[in-house]
Amino acid sequence: MSQHSGAKPYLNPYLAGTILGVVLFLAFFITGSGLGASGGLNRLLVYVQNAVNPEHIDQVAYLLKMAGGNANPLDSWIVFLTVGTVFGGLISGLIGRRVKVETNKGPQIGTGTRWVMAFIGGAFMGYGARLARGCTSGQALSGGAVLSVGSWAFMFAVFAGAYALAYFFRKFWN
Amino acid sequence: MATFPLPLADLFGHWGSYGVYALVGIAFGMTLESAGFGNSKLLAAQFYFKDMRVFKVMFTAIIVAMTLVFLTSALGLLDYNLVWVPPTYLWPGIVGGLIMGVGFIIGGFCPGTSLVGLATGKLDAVMFVFGVLFGIYLFGETVGDFGVFFESSYMGRFTLPELFGVSYGAVVISIVVVALALFLLAEKVEAVVNKAPQPKLPGWSKPAAVALVALAAGTLVMGQPSNADRWQAIAAESQAKLDQREVQIAPAELLTYMNDSKIKVIPLDIRNETYYNQFHLRGAVHLPLDKVEDKAGELQLELANTVFVTMSNDEEAATEAWKILKAESVPNVYILEGGINAWLETYAGHTISEDDKVPNPQPDQLAYRFNAATGSRHEAAEPDPHFLDLKYEPKIILELKRAPTSGGCG
Repeated sequence: MSQHSGAKPYLNPYLAGTILGVVLFLAFFITGSGLGASGGLNRLLVYVQNAVNPEHIDQVAYLLKMAGGNANPLDSWIVFLTVGTVFGGLISGLIGRRVKVETNKGPQIGTGTRWVMAFIGGAFMGYGARLARGCTSGQALSGGAVLSVGSWAFMFAVFAGAYALAYFFRKFWN
Repeated sequence: MATFPLPLADLFGHWGSYGVYALVGIAFGMTLESAGFGNSKLLAAQFYFKDMRVFKVMFTAIIVAMTLVFLTSALGLLDYNLVWVPPTYLWPGIVGGLIMGVGFIIGGFCPGTSLVGLATGKLDAVMFVFGVLFGIYLFGETVGDFGVFFESSYMGRFTLPELFGVSYGAVVISIVVVALALFLLAEKVEAVVNKAPQPKLPGWSKPAAVALVALAAGTLVMGQPSNADRWQAIAAESQAKLDQREVQIAPAELLTYMNDSKIKVIPLDIRNETYYNQFHLRGAVHLPLDKVEDKAGELQLELANTVFVTMSNDEEAATEAWKILKAESVPNVYILEGGINAWLETYAGHTISEDDKVPNPQPDQLAYRFNAATGSRHEAAEPDPHFLDLKYEPKIILELKRAPTSGGCG
């Protein structure tokens, strides 16, 4: 894979997977819970919503659970995990000299198209993650490792959805 | 059993404990980034079979973590019952997964990977994160319209070994072996698609694979701890609580909690169906002794302010049920002191005629005769809490759940 000069290569995927597996195990062993990402983003969003329009929070049951009354949506372990993930990515990127402002895209599309695609794809992801009660990290990875039936069904669904549409989006990536 | 999970809030304080989660997050982010997951092109290449890095990293992580979790559980170091297993909502999970798959191929990230993309300056990742936030916002606004579907096909804490009716060890070793075989297949597929010679695997990969299979085999051979094993591990401490009568609560204490709106009391009636039909407490769940162990997983999912009270005619069967639930790490379990007989004597003694009293009841026999199946319609099923205002020695101490009550994406 092409990278700009000076960047160190990525880890061997099996080595990276082994390290990730040990991190995941330690997360279970220390905290009893696995890893996650979308839950933290969710609470950050609710925090902003609560600051901008607190009345609205009180009208939606789903939001009320996190930010109703005196509840602070940021008062949750998952928020700190998410902030840690961003910092971890930055640290690793700095060590590997891979921090660079750029847009990764297929050669046949422009930067603007890629950004629109990223936003639309993100919206699907965010919506699906809430519906499935978890994202690739929380459901597939963490739930898969502790053998939850729902997590395995979810994991197959994610791959199925992506592979089913891959052909139609080939021009965007290749 | 060792202290598991670590009582983080006791060790570091409420906000201090979050520092541990931040450290876990940093390790998570570093691993994702160094695996190449900040780069959307690399992630999308998975779906064109050019670079199956997503599959390789994810499944290596799953089999390593899974093997370690069930190995340490077999060794009694980790309590699987206290590990957060995402409860199964089958159809919302599958539909949500399909939507996420669509989002993956369009957007090129998943939520976790977009965070490390953002951290390393990838502008497409920044746009993706905004998209995720918008999708989450949209969900919050629309979930009310399909709340029934969102809560549908709920199966609780449901695991693959339960689905297939085999042991945990058997599932663990099967997944490890299948994943390793699929890795070899993925290497071949990549070589064919990229029309390049198959790269040599690093020298450590074979011994590592053998070691993992050996650990999985060890997990299979040792087996997961049975209820009896689990009781053995806590017997000394828990038997002392029984002997010192720290967990047998008076009928009046139970009645107080039944009328406390902040606490959810679930009476667990361990008697046979005949007794249960003749009389039981309002809201009591009929749970014969041989069903108690299977029920434990479901009870684990109750809210943290739930108190379980086992009861039989006297205390005998209720105590056995208490031991089983205690061994399965169900929090806040108590025994009704003197059982249903003591309850009836306290709250119905004045209305029941001497003729309906059994003079010398056998062990675990109901001391009162009921001519009809009154169930919970009997006035003593839910007496007026202030009717007698009995004094009692308070024994219930609510134990907070030590493990987070929601999953990574809760």
